[in-house]
Amino acid sequence: MATAQTTWGGAPSGRQRAVAERTQRSIRRRRVRSHIMIGLMYAAAVIAILPLLLIVIHLLRMGASSLNLAFFTQTQRPPGEAGGGMANAIVGTLILIAIASAVGLPVGIGAGLYLAEKRATTVRFLADVLNGLPSIVMGIFAWSLLVKPVKHFSALAGGMALGAMMIPMVTRTTEEMVRLVPISLREAALALGYSRWRTSLSIVLRTALGGIVTGALVAMARIAGETAPLLFTALGNQFWSTSLRAPIAALPLQIYNYAISPYDEWHTQAWAAAVVLVGIVLVISLAARVATRRRYGAGD
Amino acid sequence: MTEIVARDAAQAAAATGVPTRPSRSWTEIGSEIGDRIYSWSITGFAAFVPILLLLIFLAVGLAAWPALRTFGFSFLTSSDWDPVAGHFGAAPAIYGTIVSSLLALLIATPLALGVAVFLSEFAPPWLRQPVAFGVDMLAAVPSVIYGLWGIFVLIPFLREFLMPFLRDTLHLGVLPLFNGPAYGSSMLAAGLILAIMCLPYISAVTREVLLAVPRSQREAAVGLGATRWEVIRDAVIPYARSGIIGGIILGLGRALGETMAVTMLIGNRHEISASLFAPGYTMASLIANEFSEATGDLHLSALMAVGFVLLLVTFLVNAIARWLVWQTAKER
Repeated sequence: MATAQTTWGGAPSGRQRAVAERTQRSIRRRRVRSHIMIGLMYAAAVIAILPLLLIVIHLLRMGASSLNLAFFTQTQRPPGEAGGGMANAIVGTLILIAIASAVGLPVGIGAGLYLAEKRATTVRFLADVLNGLPSIVMGIFAWSLLVKPVKHFSALAGGMALGAMMIPMVTRTTEEMVRLVPISLREAALALGYSRWRTSLSIVLRTALGGIVTGALVAMARIAGETAPLLFTALGNQFWSTSLRAPIAALPLQIYNYAISPYDEWHTQAWAAAVVLVGIVLVISLAARVATRRRYGAGD
Repeated sequence: MTEIVARDAAQAAAATGVPTRPSRSWTEIGSEIGDRIYSWSITGFAAFVPILLLLIFLAVGLAAWPALRTFGFSFLTSSDWDPVAGHFGAAPAIYGTIVSSLLALLIATPLALGVAVFLSEFAPPWLRQPVAFGVDMLAAVPSVIYGLWGIFVLIPFLREFLMPFLRDTLHLGVLPLFNGPAYGSSMLAAGLILAIMCLPYISAVTREVLLAVPRSQREAAVGLGATRWEVIRDAVIPYARSGIIGGIILGLGRALGETMAVTMLIGNRHEISASLFAPGYTMASLIANEFSEATGDLHLSALMAVGFVLLLVTFLVNAIARWLVWQTAKER
């Protein structure tokens, strides 16, 4: 203000003072509003995280009281009878993940390489759209292709449905990881006389492998908990079965069936299954994190 | 003489493991064949993606055809779903899908945008990592576990506390939306669980586009004397707008097709009710619930037709969302 007075030569007029005051007030108001909005953002972050905390706490509390050794070694008991376990569902889930990976990984990685090398925008777009399609649609699709013609539900159909879901996920992560490989590396290999296919497979793919493994594990973690595609394909099985041609039990299916059942014993079992399922997802996710770290570690 | 030298050289090479230089033309032919095989095989793998999409449309569409032909347009508008009489109208399921998804977006969008802006602009470094991890984990929790939690925690909470509170304490009961008996399983329960489930998707895309906004955009606003909030509101968000909208629509796509949690919470009743407290149905939960017990071919076909409508809608929604996000990312 003092400088303003000297430049203008003389005391500020009433009008000037009013303008200055108004500006001050408006600045104060804008600051207050800014603080309020930032406060609201903090609140949003807290509210967004809250459900996760509630779910995890409840899961641990319920799971701790219902998990025991029998859960991992026995199969289910008749309704209303306490005890029993889900050994068949745990093994079933692992088998389904394995089938899905056998289908989804090679196709996904191959398609990812194609996208990274040929810059095919349409295919990438379709992969993204495929990724967003509801899993229940994948379920009825797999049913009409793999269950209806042979007239029986099977582990194979369930695994294939999950594998189809994996394809677009793995495709996109593979593409992104391959694109991160510096072009100079590819050029160096070509200059040394490597053929294109060997450059792609033993230089580019090899360099991007850590990231691709991470992407594959993330996709596996995601399909591990999928239920909707299994409802009409793997169906679930209350007995021990590892046959690919027969219906197979899976943790998510078991959780669903037990949760909507009227029996308290089954509700307890559902919570135990939920803990185990989250455990499986968590282990796969942690493995993905380790793979990522190793990749970045090697880069430094 | 030269022959002997050449033979010696070849022997030496074989002994030391250094390869002799093969005829150039063979290498070329070999790598050309290899290149061609490689190119064909990755093209083949990539072809799976469009073929899969096409097969899905064909398989579901063909299976849906009998029902669509029988009922025509009334399939979408009739709310008469009677497997015994053989009448099928999917209006309640379509209505439920739209209402539950919009409710979810209404709740999730402000929160997701708040979290995304918080993470990309305001969060102190020590807080950023755990909050981002937590939001990512929300997306990693399997749908069926949300459903389980919903049945045993959310629904009792709604029935005992939130619904009476909204209806009686806040006197919102005068509105048809919050009227009626407080069933636990309801449109509201489905909307809330969907909000939790699509929040991480919206926030992840929003964060991504916010990060794509150039620094200069923020610096210019700060230089003009903007407060921290004004920088966001006037400089960052307008720049990222179409990407953010894309993220919201992507969240919508997730909400429309979400199956398990909704099936467990929405109450599964073929009825259009104005109240959010009443049970309803969504297209996905209708399929999940009735498919394995479908009686007769027409029932099955009607369920397939519901699936086909769901497929069409989510395909369009996803295509629009991807296009919008892609538009923003392209400007980078």
